[in-house]
Amino acid sequence: MNIDDPAISFTLPCTDGHMHSLSDWDDRPVLVVIFSCNHCPYARAWEGRIIDLQARFKPQGVKFAVINANDPVKYPEDSFEEMQKRAQAQGYNFPYLWDESQEVARAYGATRTPEAFVFDAERRLRYHGAVDDNFEDPNGVQHHYLRDAIAALLADQEPPVAETPPVGCSIKWK
Amino acid sequence: MMKIEFLYFEDCPSHEQALARLQQVMVEEGVDAPIAITKVETEEQVAALAFYGSPTIRIDGRDIDPPGPDMRPMLSCRIYQFPDGRFSPLPSTDMIRQALQNAAASSPTCTSR
Repeated sequence: MNIDDPAISFTLPCTDGHMHSLSDWDDRPVLVVIFSCNHCPYARAWEGRIIDLQARFKPQGVKFAVINANDPVKYPEDSFEEMQKRAQAQGYNFPYLWDESQEVARAYGATRTPEAFVFDAERRLRYHGAVDDNFEDPNGVQHHYLRDAIAALLADQEPPVAETPPVGCSIKWK
Repeated sequence: MMKIEFLYFEDCPSHEQALARLQQVMVEEGVDAPIAITKVETEEQVAALAFYGSPTIRIDGRDIDPPGPDMRPMLSCRIYQFPDGRFSPLPSTDMIRQALQNAAASSPTCTSR
């Protein structure tokens, strides 16, 4: 997926027991789709920051949706049941969706967990890549790519950085 | 001489940083020993080497972060948890340092007559 491409629609089961579609959030000014999972240390390292960002931008209507596309046969920790447990245990404040067929991840061209795709109100891709530049130490972050991209779009400005290499585990394809 | 093993999975991007961190701590601790580096690529290797994710570091055969009962060998990135609760794909310098010091303390020493 390239910058300025339109968002690709999906309908996926969520850990909350419902199906969710991209169109559920048509009224949101910014939509953040993140491919992530349970078992990856990079996903876990950034998990708290993703929760914090959703909470921070919730008042402005920003919506996060997190998708796990990993093969649960090879990686049982990424099964839907384990997703439900993790979402509850960590207090996820966003829908945690299961891309069992991996079609959504392939359509988006996602390769890593976590990997963020930020769409503007017109649902055009405006930022793609890493959450920030320091998976290990939140206090050592120099560039808050995702945060700054969301803030810029809310202010009707260009994200300062449109694309960064996603850093994380590879998506575990079937 | 200490036996130091470094096992990694190419697909997991933390291995180069982890190896550099190991080498740095070895220098700081005065440990002069070769590092046996193994690239793990197959499920057969995972089982044969008891590979619990990338990177795995063993000193004198002991994992620097011994796997818990729920962990199973896997061709994936490894999760390390720091004392403050943070997760990381890299072992901390303190974790490596402690393992080197433990190995040094438990190794046989020469006695003078």
